[in-house]
Amino acid sequence: MTAQVITITSGKGGVGKTTAVANLATAIAADGKKVVCIDGDIGLRNLDVVMGLENRIVYDIVDVIEGRCKLKQAMIRDKHFPEMYLIPAAQTRDKNAVSPTDMIRICNDLRSDADFVIIDSPAGIERGFRNAIAAADRVIVVTNPEVSAVRDADRVVGILEAEEKGNPALILNRLNQALVRNNDMLSAEDVLDLLGIQLIGIVPEDESVIIASNRGAPVVNDPKSRAGQAFRNIARRIQGQDVPFIDLDQQSGLWGAIQKLAGRK
Amino acid sequence: MEQITSLIQIKGIRDGLLATFMDAPWEDQRIALLAQIDERPSFFQGARLAMDVGSQILKVNDLVDLRDQLSERNLILWAVVSESPITEQTAQLLGLATRISKPRPEEQRQFADPINDDTALFVNKTLRSGTRIEFPGHIVVIGDINPGAEIVAEGNVIVWGRVRGMIHAGCKGDRSAFICALDLSANQLRIADEVSATLKPQKDPKPEIASINSEGRLQADLWHPG
Repeated sequence: MTAQVITITSGKGGVGKTTAVANLATAIAADGKKVVCIDGDIGLRNLDVVMGLENRIVYDIVDVIEGRCKLKQAMIRDKHFPEMYLIPAAQTRDKNAVSPTDMIRICNDLRSDADFVIIDSPAGIERGFRNAIAAADRVIVVTNPEVSAVRDADRVVGILEAEEKGNPALILNRLNQALVRNNDMLSAEDVLDLLGIQLIGIVPEDESVIIASNRGAPVVNDPKSRAGQAFRNIARRIQGQDVPFIDLDQQSGLWGAIQKLAGRK
Repeated sequence: MEQITSLIQIKGIRDGLLATFMDAPWEDQRIALLAQIDERPSFFQGARLAMDVGSQILKVNDLVDLRDQLSERNLILWAVVSESPITEQTAQLLGLATRISKPRPEEQRQFADPINDDTALFVNKTLRSGTRIEFPGHIVVIGDINPGAEIVAEGNVIVWGRVRGMIHAGCKGDRSAFICALDLSANQLRIADEVSATLKPQKDPKPEIASINSEGRLQADLWHPG
């Protein structure tokens, strides 16, 4: 096995990086692949909480770097998928405890042993971000359809281009189609027009994401959630499959159900 | 060793340390800098470093490698001062400062003796948020100017694309400078010391030219060929 290292980043905070990492990792693991997630947000860790693994942490990534444990000892096995692991961040240290070289070393050690390594980047464009992208084969930028988030995403794309990290892909998270129809929200076209990078998925606004995160059970496990469906599709696209985009204008409610039954959608 | 380290002078400035490079191949300069740091690690520990690289042309990879090597030694590279517009652009792309508080003698000479020839900087890509390009002449961009990007020219600015960021033409006071673009819906335009109000994005953008009109106001007009 030679793992692909994917970093999820955004520039702005709170747009859904950690949620995306937890969901994509879970969806890829559900497809039978071996996935290792790395929380790159040293000092503000939360991927463990979203994945529901908080109480299992013994060693973290700084322990690995400083030689207090072996890499294997810091890999926490997921509750549901035995082929999915988390390497948690240290909560009591800061970004300077890790260097880009450390990240490259850890990822290279993981490459022979997994299908995908997914790194959750901290917000910002400083040291933590540099660490998170250092080892990446591929970078996915997450943004919301908000002017400030898109501008930060643009900055990050500029830096990635300058560092010749290849073309980043874009996840547009929390799109509310009703607001877009009323011209109260940037549309996917507006965002793509500005950023000019390849779209890998649109995740509709869905409150089940928040509920699932708080329960520590990623929303991809919920077959009824539209956001979950979107993340499952993105996970397939990451694995190289050609999955059509879901129709966000899809009718919901009774009429939508009738259309579905009639096989029209 | 004596010969290598003499390629670089390091001294304290208000904002940290300034390393001034003598003319030499970049690889030698880089090795000399790291050697000087490794000689006295405790002195350099945690320092903020600015570099004056003279006319050295540096690519992104050069600066990224050095920055990583410096960060491993616990030094922060925050500024790269250069006479080469290419190196300046590289530094700006990486989010590094290109001016330090001490004015360079070369710059002072520029103020006294404004450039009169028609040199232009040609930029063949979209400028993303956080990019700032300054040039003591005209600037031509083939691509968009995204929100949060800045273009500052002593002469005219021509953009073959959409303008959503900030453009300052005639930044040294030339009131005859102009800005033209295929879609000029910038959030701010400046010519000399005039500043425009926000131009609203149009449904069906047409090429426009902005200049200072006879009343002394900055004004954008549709471009009429011929």
